[in-house]
Amino acid sequence: MTELSKSGAAVGEPTGASPAPTAFLEVRDLKVHFPTDDGLVKSVDGLSFQLEKGKTLGIVGESGSGKSVTSLGIMGLHTAGQYGKRKAQISGEIWLDGTELLSADPDDVRKLRGREMSMIFQDPLSALHPYYTIGQQIVEAYRIHHDVDKKTAKRRAVEMLDRVGIPQPDKRVDSHPHEFSGGMRHRAMIAMALVNNPELLIADEPTTALDVTVQAQILDLLRDLQKEFGSAIIVITHDLGVVAELADDILVMYGGRCVERGPAEKVFYEPRHPYTWGLLGSMPRLDREQQERLIPVKGSPPSLINIPSGCAFNPRCPYADLPKDNVTRTVRPELAEVGSRHWAACHLGKEQRERIWTEEIAPKL
Amino acid sequence: MSDEKAGTKPAQSESNPVGGEVMLKVTGLQKHFPIKKGLLQRQVGAVHAVDGLDFEVRSGETLGVVGESGCGKSTMGRLITRLLEPTAGKVEFQGQDITHLGVSGMRPLRRDVQMIFQDPYSSLNPRHTIGTIIGAPFKLQGVEPEGGVKKEVQRLLSVVGLNPEHYNRYPHEFSGGQRQRIGIARALALKPKLVVADEPVSALDVSIQAQVVNLLDDLQEELGLTYVIIAHDLSVVRHVSDRIAVMYLGKIVELADRESLYRAPMHPYTKALMSAVPIPDPRRRNAKSERILLKGDVPSPISPPSGCRFHTRCWKATKICTTTEPKLTELKPGQQVACHHPENFEDQAPQDTVLLTAAKEASELVAAEVLAESAQTSAAVAAEVSETGTPAKAESPEDQEPTDKQS
Repeated sequence: MTELSKSGAAVGEPTGASPAPTAFLEVRDLKVHFPTDDGLVKSVDGLSFQLEKGKTLGIVGESGSGKSVTSLGIMGLHTAGQYGKRKAQISGEIWLDGTELLSADPDDVRKLRGREMSMIFQDPLSALHPYYTIGQQIVEAYRIHHDVDKKTAKRRAVEMLDRVGIPQPDKRVDSHPHEFSGGMRHRAMIAMALVNNPELLIADEPTTALDVTVQAQILDLLRDLQKEFGSAIIVITHDLGVVAELADDILVMYGGRCVERGPAEKVFYEPRHPYTWGLLGSMPRLDREQQERLIPVKGSPPSLINIPSGCAFNPRCPYADLPKDNVTRTVRPELAEVGSRHWAACHLGKEQRERIWTEEIAPKL
Repeated sequence: MSDEKAGTKPAQSESNPVGGEVMLKVTGLQKHFPIKKGLLQRQVGAVHAVDGLDFEVRSGETLGVVGESGCGKSTMGRLITRLLEPTAGKVEFQGQDITHLGVSGMRPLRRDVQMIFQDPYSSLNPRHTIGTIIGAPFKLQGVEPEGGVKKEVQRLLSVVGLNPEHYNRYPHEFSGGQRQRIGIARALALKPKLVVADEPVSALDVSIQAQVVNLLDDLQEELGLTYVIIAHDLSVVRHVSDRIAVMYLGKIVELADRESLYRAPMHPYTKALMSAVPIPDPRRRNAKSERILLKGDVPSPISPPSGCRFHTRCWKATKICTTTEPKLTELKPGQQVACHHPENFEDQAPQDTVLLTAAKEASELVAAEVLAESAQTSAAVAAEVSETGTPAKAESPEDQEPTDKQS
């Protein structure tokens, strides 16, 4: 798990003691575990990545792979809530623009939240308060971080609504969320997330609940806004199409860990992990000739309480028996560099994987 | 309108490669949900969820139905399985009119028409074991399968790829994908002829989605099933369907076989819908110009726009679109379209060339290349058809730079 920091950027000591983050956002060995009656749920189990300003990182994975827990972890939203009597156990480091967030005073993090980093949620109906007008909610978000009077803040709200493409923003600012359509609510939520010009924007399944035509509008908006504000964006999604549209880098998660990470082009054209192959094969594609059959990943995602020993993907991996000595079932593979800025965690030999991809997988996609 | 449609059907069935006999025939199907207000619950309006559908499903084929949320595709599914009572129109199943059959009248037909639901969590009773759930159809229909219900249920479980020993387990013990398989097993219990699947895979993870899609494929082959698959995901629909109906605001705007629809969509809405699907290919990211962004949202089905319902968002809309509703007509063999100014085809209303103001705004969102290309193909088709050849030519410059020039 420390491979990233070793081979990636200019980080000497991966032990955690050295604050030398050159990247705008750097996550090191993040672990988020939830104690439950059935056992410890290891939602995120050693995740590291960096992200620069103006760049977009796409985190892909199936439900229960730890994508959302990661995003809430970065936002510091796990510590705030208690799970029964027990709290989430979080370890690792999250460096945002030179500040370590996990060890920081919760009050300080609170000041950053909304201003430095903010979040777009999947479901705007539950993210927006039904009782307050859209305007009131945006104004509140703005005034918490800016010492301005209500009038100025409201002007700012109208300006933001206009920016995200809501027609007649000066009128709609006084509407309640239920008066907006799904796409407009989404825009309003994006306006709220962006009102303080955050430098880090986390979009958790930003378009999953939307129709394709509205999704196209929202993706377009996100791209434009990034160009305009130069924020760093983390897009969390299960839709490889969305990641391909937005992301510069892609991180594939499985069972709470990163199994592959690299530039979008590499992950799509030279994937080096069987799970990524599986994802690509499962997807019917509009841009290709009709496939005869999809190539699904057999089985179902693992339980996070009982992650398979060795490689978490081994029970579903068609190549699990290739490496010698049953190593896939006993030893957990670490991320290893497979190309420039491209890492994968797999026991298969590098050449072996290259061969399987080019000869067996790629022709069928 | 329905009579007229019925007349055009036979010609079209010849052109279809999968053409078996007609299993389900729908004419002028409507469903309006009343909106009631006030003390007396007087009806003040209606949601025109489904507003005049004409199509047929032939045995052995898969008809895919796509459209955005609120276009009436799920209502359509519930109407043809008669879970809802149609407001108007006619549904015929294997020649029998089932439009207004009562519960008991429908019961024998329930064997032949089954449904797979979207949500594998709410469609299974949490208090019943899997055995009871899948065995329920036998009980309800009074069918005693060969070898007993238990044996048959276990056979069904293995057919859908579940462990037959899980007979006594409860739904919560299964994952989403497995639950969807249980729903499929239940739907297949009585050996139905027609299976209507409403968003069968949209609640599932990508890797599981593929498993279920393949399963549906295999079952169709083995059991000779006919499917109506309702989904919003165009890539999934393309993968599973033989013919595809595109719906917009309660109407079918285009109905064509898969290849024609994806190669050369004729309705501007179909074109926009397909261009909006994100392509999982980072190299294509710069080819964004192909994308047609639609402005705003789908209008309310309570008071749908006059004429062509898509005219408020269409970049090709002219005056005729606001006044005259285009009929779903077969322009090419196997491709029915309801549009005055179709893409990839000769203009149906060439005399009408003045774009609406809304259309001008909308066309600003469409890249010039796309417009030019569409004008070119339209002109080419027009020349090919060449009765006159002149009208289509006049249209192309208007489309690229919207100006108020009368031809």
